Amino acid sequence: MPTEIAPTIRAEDIEKERSYLLRYALLQLRNPAHAEDAVQETLLAALEGRERFAGKSSLRTWLTGILKHKVIDHLRRSGREQQLTGSDDDRSEADAIDALFAEDGHWRETPSDWGNPAGAFENSRFWSAFELCLQRLPARTAKVFTMREVMDLTTDEICQELGITTTNCWVMLHRARLTLRECLEMTWFDGQQP
Amino acid sequence: MLLSQAQDRSLGLVERLRLRAHLAICERCRRVSTHFEFLRAAVRQYRDGD
Repeated sequence: MPTEIAPTIRAEDIEKERSYLLRYALLQLRNPAHAEDAVQETLLAALEGRERFAGKSSLRTWLTGILKHKVIDHLRRSGREQQLTGSDDDRSEADAIDALFAEDGHWRETPSDWGNPAGAFENSRFWSAFELCLQRLPARTAKVFTMREVMDLTTDEICQELGITTTNCWVMLHRARLTLRECLEMTWFDGQQP
Repeated sequence: MLLSQAQDRSLGLVERLRLRAHLAICERCRRVSTHFEFLRAAVRQYRDGD
């Protein structure tokens, strides 16, 4: 149909988004090879289907939408492989969290005052600390956390995807937040306060 | 737990009141509450930043 004016996307434009997509994929998959695969599949799918890009959203949004599906495929595959190895992770993580609380359920150490934490966003060293803390999360916990926070999935969607109960999902999210909080406090905020 | 769940679902009225009452007397929990918000903001920034 020669009269239809489709927005033209050039291969270079798609390629420019690669590093963004790779970071996004790495957050979910935590495995550079798998992340690279998912991004490659996304870029290919985007090139093949570029006439479907309606131009209503930004190119990045469109590509991220494709990537989400590719990431979920990878999560599904690795979820099947990981079920055998998940339990040790869980135990040590639960122990580490127990250590944060006294027997009456109150915080053993007072969480420190992070001041105006948004200032940390300007500091590239903060982001290195943040990455390290994310990487230290046990794989399953990290998966649930990133599905929730990076992909904006609801807990219902996450449960369905991973075949876990809602309560289990909330527990894992809670653990992820406590563990990340603790890690950032130790590796970043406690050293930064005046 | 409730503090974390508040980020994942809308709490019922009773839960909201319970959480608010607890936060009123627990300074540590108030801090952690701001830390959880910070985590969410940080992940978004990390995801969307350039």
